[in-house]
Amino acid sequence: MASTVDASSRQGFKLSQLIYDTRYRSLTIQAIAMALLVLFLSWLVSNTVQNLSDLGKDFDFGFLGQRAGYDINQTLIPYTSGSSHARAAIVGILNTLLVAFLGCILATIVGVIAGVLRLSKNWLVARLMTVYVEGFRNVPLLLWIIAIFAMMTEATPQPRDFREGGTASMWLWDSVAVSNRGVYIPAPVWGPGSTALIIVFVLSIAAIIGFRRYAFRRQEATGVLLPILPVSLALFFLPSILAYFVLGGPVSLAYPELGGFNFQGGLHMRNSLIALWLALSLYTGAFIAEIVRGGILSVAKGQSEAAFALGLRPSRTMNLVILPQAMRVIIPPLISQYLNLTKNSSLAIAVGYMDARSTLGGITINQTGRELEGMLLLGLFYLVLSLIISGAMNVFNARMKLKER
Amino acid sequence: MSDVAHEMQTSRAIDRSQMQVSDEVAIQITDMNKWFGQFHVLRDIDLTVYRGERIVICGPSGSGKSTLIRCINHLEEHQAGRIVVDGIELSNDLKNIDKIRSEVGMCFQHFNLFPHLTILENCTLAPIWVRKVPKREAEETAMHYLTKVKIPDQANKYPGQLSGGQQQRVAIARSLCMRPRIMLFDEPTSALDPEMIKEVLDTMIELAEEGMTMLCVTHEMGFARQVANRVIFMDQGQIVEQNEPEEFFGNPQSERTKLFLSQILGH
Ligand SMILES: Nc1ncnc2c1ncn2[C@@H]1O[C@H](COP(=O)(O)OP(=O)(O)O)[C@@H](O)[C@H]1O
Ligand SMILES: [Mg+2]
Repeated sequence: MASTVDASSRQGFKLSQLIYDTRYRSLTIQAIAMALLVLFLSWLVSNTVQNLSDLGKDFDFGFLGQRAGYDINQTLIPYTSGSSHARAAIVGILNTLLVAFLGCILATIVGVIAGVLRLSKNWLVARLMTVYVEGFRNVPLLLWIIAIFAMMTEATPQPRDFREGGTASMWLWDSVAVSNRGVYIPAPVWGPGSTALIIVFVLSIAAIIGFRRYAFRRQEATGVLLPILPVSLALFFLPSILAYFVLGGPVSLAYPELGGFNFQGGLHMRNSLIALWLALSLYTGAFIAEIVRGGILSVAKGQSEAAFALGLRPSRTMNLVILPQAMRVIIPPLISQYLNLTKNSSLAIAVGYMDARSTLGGITINQTGRELEGMLLLGLFYLVLSLIISGAMNVFNARMKLKER
Repeated sequence: MSDVAHEMQTSRAIDRSQMQVSDEVAIQITDMNKWFGQFHVLRDIDLTVYRGERIVICGPSGSGKSTLIRCINHLEEHQAGRIVVDGIELSNDLKNIDKIRSEVGMCFQHFNLFPHLTILENCTLAPIWVRKVPKREAEETAMHYLTKVKIPDQANKYPGQLSGGQQQRVAIARSLCMRPRIMLFDEPTSALDPEMIKEVLDTMIELAEEGMTMLCVTHEMGFARQVANRVIFMDQGQIVEQNEPEEFFGNPQSERTKLFLSQILGH
C-alpha cells in the first residue's frame, strides 16, 4: 500500500490520470458535463432573446398586472373579469391544487381498497377488482375524463325536471341535487357562536391525539391497551354535538332550492370538476391498486406465518408486521403516482375546468401573446408543486424506511 | 453432511435429569387427513405426544413432514380427524386457535424474523400484543432468553446484521418469550452453514434438557440419536414407522425406512 502511494507521488501528476485514475475520473466527467450544460443554456437563452427581439418582442412579465378581461366559472377566491392576469393565474393555480388534492385523497382510498380486495380469497370480489384495474389502466385518461363528463351531463336530469311533479328528485332527504348543470350540496352557514364550536372541535381533535399517546404509554407500563377506536370516535363526535346544542345551533345548512331555471343556495360543484376529479382518481387509483398489491405480495409469506405462530391475530399481523414492510415498497412509486395525477390534471381543458393550464397557460397567453413568459411561469408552478409533493413524501418515506438490513 | 461429524459436534454429556416423559398427553392426533385440493397430502395420521417427549420426524422431501407439524398450530387446516393440543381441540373456533398458538412455539427453516424490528423488538412483539405484558417486563423476559441463546449483546441490532445461526437462535428465543409448553421445529438447521449448525443444535439440546416437549423435523441424525426419545419416519403422507432411536437406526422394520436411512447416512 504505502509503496504504491510513494511511487505515484514521486512520479508526479500525469494528465492521463484525469481520465484513468479513479480518484479524478468522476470529477473530470462532471466538469466537462457542467461546461457543456452552461454552453448549451447560454446559447439557448441568447438565441431566444435574439429571436424575440427580431420579432419585436421583449422579455417582460408586466402583462401580469394588466386587466385580464375574461370570466372564470369556478373561483375559490374573489375574481371578476376586471381582475389582473396575475389574479387569474392564482385562481387557476388554486383550481389545479383543489382537483389535485381531492384527486390524491380519493385515488389513495380507491387504490388501497382495490389493491387489498384484489388479493381477496373471494373469487367474485377479486375478479371485479381485476376488471376495474385493467379497465382503467388500459384506456387513456383523456377518454375517461370525457366519458365521465358526458355521463354527468347527458344522463343526469335537467334542473327543471326537479320541479313539482317532475321526473327527478333530490337525494339524501332532499339535500343533494345531481343535475346536468352540476351537483348541488348543502352549504354551512356560520352563525354567531360558530367560532366557539370550531374551537371545541379543534380541542377534541387535540384530545384524541393526546389520548392515543396516553394509551400507548399506559400499554407500555401495564400491558393493557385501552380501546382507542371507540374512545377516539366518542371524543370526535360528543363534545362538538354537545357544544352545538349548548350554543343553540350556531351552524345551519343552506339547502339548494330550485329557483327559476336553476338551483339557488347550497354549494355548487360543477360537472367539469366532478368529472375531472373522478376520472383522475379512478385512473390513478388503478395504478395505486397495483402498487399496493405488489407491496403486500412483496412481504414474504413466512412473515405472516411467523406472526400467526406467535399468536398474533390477522389484523394485528397486518398492522405490525406486513404493512410496515410493504410501505417501503409502496411509497416510492406512490410518489410518482401523486406527481402523475397532479400533472395529468392539466387535461382539465378537455372539460372546460379552469385550472392553471387554462387560465395562465391558455387564455392569458392568447390575449397577451406572452407565450414564453406564460409557459415559463406555468412550468415553474408545476415544478415547484412536484418538488413539494415529492419532498414531503420523501420525508415520510425516510420515516417508514427499514433501518439496517 | 457426514453423520459422524455432526454426532461429534453434539456429543457432549447430556443432562437427562429433567428429561422425563410423563403420562400427560400434550398432543393427540387421531385419524387426521389433509388434502391440498385433489392432492391427499396427509393420510390417516395417528400420533400421541406425551409431555416431555422429544420427537424427531424424518422422511424424504415432500412426504408431508412440514404439513403435519403446521397442522398442529393451524398454519394449515386439516379436513378430517381430530387434533387436540393441551386439551384444546383445534376447530374453526378462533378462540381455540389463539389459545393453542400462544401455547405452541414454532421455528422455521428460514427463521422468519421481522426485518423491520430490532432483535429485542422481535422478542417483545408477541408478549406485548398477545400476552398484554408491560413493555419493561417483556424486555426483561426477552433479555433473559437472549442471554440463554447467548446473544444478549445483539439485542439492539436488526436481523439482517446477524449470521444465520444467530438469527435462528433469536427465532428460538422469540418463541420462548411466549413461554410455550410445546415447541415445533421445521428443519431449523437446513438453511445454515455447517459451522453454525452446532450452535443451534446446542440451543435445542438445552431446551430438551429443561424438559420442553419438542417436535422436530430434521435430518440431523446425531441430534436424533442423542436427544430424541422417539423417531418418526414419514413417507407419502403416512407415518410409516416410529421407534426409539436405538431401535430405529439399528433395526429399521420397513423397506422404505431402510432405503431412506441408507441414503441419508450415506452407507
Ligand atoms: N400450500 C400448498 N399447496 C399445495 N401443495 C402443497 C402446499 N404445501 C405443500 N404442498 C405439497 O404437499 C407435499 C408435502 O409438503 P411438505 O409437507 O412441505 O413436505 P416435507 O416438509 O416433508 O418436505 C409436497 O408434495 C408439496 O408439494
Ligand atoms: Mg418441509
